[in-house]
Amino acid sequence: MRRYFVTLAYEPTMWSRADEQTRARYHQEHLAFHQAVAQRAHLVAGEALAGPETATTLRHVDGRAVLTEGPFAESAEVVGGFYLVDADDLDVMTSLCELLPKAYSLEIRPVVQVEGFETR
Amino acid sequence: MSHHEAGPAVEQQLGDVFRDQWGRLLALLVGQFRRLDLAEDGLAEAFEAAARRWPQDGVPGNPPAWLLTAARRRVLDRLRAEAVAARKEPLLVVDEQTRQEALSAMADPGGIIADERLRLVFLCAHPALAPESAAALSLRLVIGVPTPDIARLFLVPEPTMAARLTRAKRRLAASGAPFSVPAEGRERDARVGVVASVAYLAFTAGYAPGTGPDVTRTSLAGEGIRLTRVLRELLPGEPALDALLALMLLQHSRREARLGADGLPVLLPDQDRSRWHRDEVAEALGLLAPMAAHHFDGVAGEYLLQALIAAEHAIAPTAADTRWDRIAGRYAELERVTGSPVVRLNRAVAVAESAGPEAGLALLEGLDHELPHSHRLPAVRAELLSRAGDLEGAHAAYGTAIERCANDAERALLERRRAELTTS
Repeated sequence: MRRYFVTLAYEPTMWSRADEQTRARYHQEHLAFHQAVAQRAHLVAGEALAGPETATTLRHVDGRAVLTEGPFAESAEVVGGFYLVDADDLDVMTSLCELLPKAYSLEIRPVVQVEGFETR
Repeated sequence: MSHHEAGPAVEQQLGDVFRDQWGRLLALLVGQFRRLDLAEDGLAEAFEAAARRWPQDGVPGNPPAWLLTAARRRVLDRLRAEAVAARKEPLLVVDEQTRQEALSAMADPGGIIADERLRLVFLCAHPALAPESAAALSLRLVIGVPTPDIARLFLVPEPTMAARLTRAKRRLAASGAPFSVPAEGRERDARVGVVASVAYLAFTAGYAPGTGPDVTRTSLAGEGIRLTRVLRELLPGEPALDALLALMLLQHSRREARLGADGLPVLLPDQDRSRWHRDEVAEALGLLAPMAAHHFDGVAGEYLLQALIAAEHAIAPTAADTRWDRIAGRYAELERVTGSPVVRLNRAVAVAESAGPEAGLALLEGLDHELPHSHRLPAVRAELLSRAGDLEGAHAAYGTAIERCANDAERALLERRRAELTTS
C-alpha cells in the first residue's frame, strides 16, 4: 500500500467561467472518484482550497517571520485542492485519477514515510 | 591441455545461456527482492563468476540454477551490507503471490524456472518513465544489453547513461509502479502500445543521425529487433508487435546500402538493392501477409501502414518499378490516422513520384507553419521545384535546408545537390 498526495491544479477561471451544467458535471466526476476510491483504495483526506487571492505567505527575513498577502508565485495554474489516498500502486492511483474532471492538471506524488514520524 | 579446446565451446555456451536466461533470471530476482538495482548487479556478477569458473570447473548440469544461486547469494550479501549501513532504498510494489512464486523457484532452482519476464517488460516500459529512459532500461534489464553499448546507441557518454538507468530504476520503485501485468482489456491494450513504441525507439535510436562513423550504432539497432522478438514471444498474437517487427526488419535490411563509399547517405532510389538482406525482407513479408487485408486501430494500424509502405520498396526490383501510387495511398491513410505533418511530407514525395512534381508541391502548402525547423521540408521542396523546372526557387529552398540541417553527412549531400542544380 502506498500513500499518494494528489494535487489538483487548474486555471483560476475554470470554475468561474463554467456554466451550471459544467459545474454539475465536475461535482459528478468528483463523486465518481470518491465512490471508486471507496471500492479500490482508501481516502485519507481531501479538501478544496479557497482561491489564491486568499493565501497568506510566510517567509523569514532577517530572522523574523514576515507575512505577505497572496501566493508565493504567480502562475497560470493554481492548486485548487488535494486528495490523500492509500492505493496499492501507481497504476491503481492513476486509473482512479482519470475519473476526475479533465480540466485539472493532476500531480500524483508518493508520500515518504519519515522514520520516527510514522502516522500509519 | 583440454581446456584450450573447451574454452571457445564454454564461451559459446555461456553466451547462449546469457541470451536465453538473463531476463528470466532477472525477473525472478526482482520478484523476490523487489530491487531492480540489486537484482541487476547480482546477476551481472553471477555471469562474471561463471565466465571465470566454468572454463575450469566445467559447465554445471543446470546452468540457470547455478546462476540463480550465485546471484541470490550476492544480492543477500549486499542486503546485509546495506542493513549494517542502515541505508533504505524504496522497494518495488510486488504482490504477495508473485513473491511466493519467486521464493519457491529460488528454493528449488533445479525445477522449472518461472518466466516472469512479462512483468519486467511492462515495468521497464511503464508510462511513468520518459520514453528514452524506458527504451534504455528495457534493453538493459529485459535482454541484458551492456550499459556502454546502450550509451553508444543513444549517443551519450557512458556515465550519463549509467546515471539515467539508475534514476529510472529508483523512479519506478519510488513512484509505486507495480511489477505486474495489467489486466486484460483497454488498459492492457494501451500498455502493449507503450511497450511497442518503447521497442521501436530502441531500434530507431541506432539510425538517428549522429556525429562520426555510425556503423556500430546500426548494428546496435539490431538489439531493438532482438527486444521485439522477445516481446512477441511473451505477448503472442499482438498485431502491434507483428507489424512492428516487420517494419524494423524492412528498415534494417537496407543497412549495408545506406552509406556510400564516401560515407555519405545513399538515398533509397540510388541504393544497390543487391545489398539488401533478402532473408530479413522475406521474414517481414511473411509477417505482413496475414495482416495486410485487415484494419487495426491505434499503434498496430500505424506500424502496419508504415511496414506496408516499406514493403512496397522492398518488393520493387528496381527503383523505377516502385508502385508510388500504392505508397501514396498508404500515406494518405496514415495521415488520416495520425494527422502528422511529417507523414504529409512523405506523402507529398510519393504523390510527386506518381503524379508529378506539381501535385507533390501542392501538398507541401501550409506545412511551413507546422514544421518551422525541419530541413527535410525545404529539401523536398527544392527537389520538386527543380524537377518542375524552377531552378531559382530550388536554389533558394536548398539554401534554407542547408542552413537548418545539423547533420554533417546530410548537409554535404544537400550542398552537392545544390551544386548539381547550377551545373546541369
